[in-house]
Amino acid sequence: MSQWFAIALIGSFMNFATFFQSNLLDSTTILLLVAVLVTLVVFTALGQYLKRQPEIAIDQAIIRTFNNRVIAWLTIFVVLTITMTLPQVVTVVFFGVISFWALREFITMTPTRRGDHRTLFWVFFLFTPFQYYMVARLNSGAFDWYAMYTILIPVYASLFIPGRIAFTGDSKRFLERTAKIQFGLLICVYALSHAPALLYLNLGQYNPTTGVKEIWAGKTGGLLLFLIVMVQFSDMVQFIWDRLIGKHVIAPSVNNTRTWEGLIGAACLTGLFGMLVQLVLPVTPFTWYGSGVMALLISIMGSSGKMTMSAIKRDRGIEDYGTLVHGHSGVLDRIDSVCFAAPIFFHVTRFFLSVG
Amino acid sequence: MKQVSIAVLTMLAKFFSGATVRWVGCMPDECQRVYFANHTSHLDALVLWSSLPKNVRVLTRPVAAKEYWSGGPVRRYVSSLFNPLLIDRKQVKVHDSPIDLMIREMGTTYSLIIFPEGGRNPSGETLEFKSGLYYLGKKRPDLELMPVYIDNLNRVMPKGEFWPVPLLSSISIGAPIWLEPGESKQDFLTRARQAVLDLKEG
Repeated sequence: MSQWFAIALIGSFMNFATFFQSNLLDSTTILLLVAVLVTLVVFTALGQYLKRQPEIAIDQAIIRTFNNRVIAWLTIFVVLTITMTLPQVVTVVFFGVISFWALREFITMTPTRRGDHRTLFWVFFLFTPFQYYMVARLNSGAFDWYAMYTILIPVYASLFIPGRIAFTGDSKRFLERTAKIQFGLLICVYALSHAPALLYLNLGQYNPTTGVKEIWAGKTGGLLLFLIVMVQFSDMVQFIWDRLIGKHVIAPSVNNTRTWEGLIGAACLTGLFGMLVQLVLPVTPFTWYGSGVMALLISIMGSSGKMTMSAIKRDRGIEDYGTLVHGHSGVLDRIDSVCFAAPIFFHVTRFFLSVG
Repeated sequence: MKQVSIAVLTMLAKFFSGATVRWVGCMPDECQRVYFANHTSHLDALVLWSSLPKNVRVLTRPVAAKEYWSGGPVRRYVSSLFNPLLIDRKQVKVHDSPIDLMIREMGTTYSLIIFPEGGRNPSGETLEFKSGLYYLGKKRPDLELMPVYIDNLNRVMPKGEFWPVPLLSSISIGAPIWLEPGESKQDFLTRARQAVLDLKEG
């Protein structure tokens, strides 16, 4: 009896130990990370230089926004670099914390009623941590965690939320309140959790000469890095094109700075950049054209995310999530494009390249 | 051990309330002050106390309801950590009023946190102030009366709930006011309430 107990104990310990395997980065990925960091440092320096040029033709407000963003991006990449050199589970926890914070901002902004309190409690303390727990359990243990991971929030949580609110007996604006909580959970937690889930994919790679799918030898850290780099690149190109050559505003009542020129320019340039990255530093199992298509897709999804969040902000009558409650920095403002791009990138990659 | 518990308590309070603190037109100081705030949640006293800098916090005592904080061992333990001045709202004696008790307990070192509305308004609107603040200002004209506006904490833990939901809230502390010579009780209380409400906007 006691020896079974000992075996079970050792077994669960080893199971636990698989959490802490670190194999996210190979030499190509590290080179890409270094290149990105160097570029951002150069941009930071450039921004600081422009700030000190009073007679330059560019508007000072644009330079200020540019500087804020470059510093935010630099911070994101420095933290990401540190977490990716640590065990895999650290990156998962890092994204979990970001999700939690973004959901806080989202729910703080949306008016909920007294009757939603207990539902919100479960949303914050059961569904959010459990979603990230399942990311860390993907590919391990006796259960098929992926099957639960993909449906926990779309099925279990989205039925639990209206049910629990109905039981409180407060029917005022019922559908609206339910939808707000569901949407917040879907975007801030479910969608974002696909970014660290990329690390747990088992991928193959098409051999260009034979057309046969072979096991990909690279590290999955490269996929996450590809996603974040493409999203940030797209955001940056769109920001610059909107300001410098943008003429046709897409929807002035949603966002009066986003233009068609910026959207299309960012999509095309990001696509080209995706091809270039794959040809110079192949961090993903994609072919060069596949990489271009993925980058294009990421850019379009990222722009959709920015537009969606702008629409919500305009509807609520606020400028930035950061100014929602005095003194908070807006996490949601920085991750909206990643939230939209991550699940699509994850599922397209998985659909075409997953093995076993 | 108690220091560790206090550190954990303040950390939890800050985590759940997500509170940012803004000092508007004043700075943290160890001088004797009375912080008067709008009352929206049972957490108000604890969160406001936790958000003060440590050197100020050890000198500050929230005035709290005895029947709430002496109910049950957990609340009694927590209240032993933040050193509140417990007032029995059921037995108010004429010759030993809560104001006398507050002034006696403050001595020449402590600051107080009070909620002049007396109770929490479930709708979140700020009620009319009770007269305690006026008598404090009258009997101790040297005290700095600091208006405090607590925003969104009623959503973190509404009346009657046990578990908090970790939304974001903010605490704004404004410039001190004093009782003006010859100012009537009603005028002063209206002005004090307005000072709290003004912080809501800025």
